[in-house]
Amino acid sequence: MEREELLKKVKSIVADKLNIGEEQITENASFTQDLGADSLDTVELVMALEDEFGLNIPDDEAEKLNTVGKALDYILEHYKGK
Amino acid sequence: MIFTNRVSLVTGASQGIGEAIAEELGREGATVVLVDVQKDKLEQVASRLAGLGIRALPYEADVTDSTRAAQVVDEVVDTLGRLDHLVNNAGITRDSLLLRMKEEDWDLVLRVNLKGAFNFSRAALKPMFTARYGRIVNIASVVGQMGNFGQTNYAASKAGLIGFSKSLAREVAARGITVNCVAPGYIATPMTDKLPEEVKKAFLDIIPMKRFGLPVEVARAVKFLCSDEASYITGQVINVNGGMYM
Repeated sequence: MEREELLKKVKSIVADKLNIGEEQITENASFTQDLGADSLDTVELVMALEDEFGLNIPDDEAEKLNTVGKALDYILEHYKGK
Repeated sequence: MIFTNRVSLVTGASQGIGEAIAEELGREGATVVLVDVQKDKLEQVASRLAGLGIRALPYEADVTDSTRAAQVVDEVVDTLGRLDHLVNNAGITRDSLLLRMKEEDWDLVLRVNLKGAFNFSRAALKPMFTARYGRIVNIASVVGQMGNFGQTNYAASKAGLIGFSKSLAREVAARGITVNCVAPGYIATPMTDKLPEEVKKAFLDIIPMKRFGLPVEVARAVKFLCSDEASYITGQVINVNGGMYM
């Protein structure tokens, strides 16, 4: 999957989970500092990304995915396509 | 019927309080998922409830097995599309004085009574989070609050459930999920039948209502906590004990 295409999908998931507009979501945005996610939100986001991309993200990896861009990197690296 | 279209999962549903809870929720229209390790009894309860017009689905599972817990919850959500109520009721006793208590009896009681609730709660929270709705009721015990001779393991597990419930209640409250405990006193069930006569008599002496409770009396409190009537109640312990502990 292309990064642009993935960003679109991730944006829509993040916007839905955090109840924010997609225009706020950039690759550099931090989930907690810029997008207003609390600890529960981040757990939910990880769960939603796992479901969408058929991934199983270990907790210690999930903790590192603090920006949209890092989440994209992780998914691009581990997503095997559907 | 207040639980039409709702799905309730009850662990330890093959007898006693768990069976009564499944019946009570089912009578209100909920589809009840019956979880127990005792396969034959489970099938019997499922067919008895079906005879009452209740949609009851038996799942043989050991609550100490976290993989199986996740599997059961996944199957329920796949086939029924939702999970609204989780009642962690599965519990066992292995009574003895602490000085003589075997390590495996300590571990087993804690694994079934406390870790079982952890396993099923963790699995059930996923669909509840997505739905922004859920009711978790953990069956504690009066013994978890006042202690009981010969039951250090059981009392620890039940007190543990209360602390667990209060902590989880704080974690998930903002997501429309409530977590509460019902703490039964002395209820006439197969578990308490095992107690020696003199112990039963001693209990009766300290129960102001001078009788043992019925499983359905516990089930009604669970029904209330699962209902929309209890929408602002979380992190609480409802005692159903005839006044034995206040």
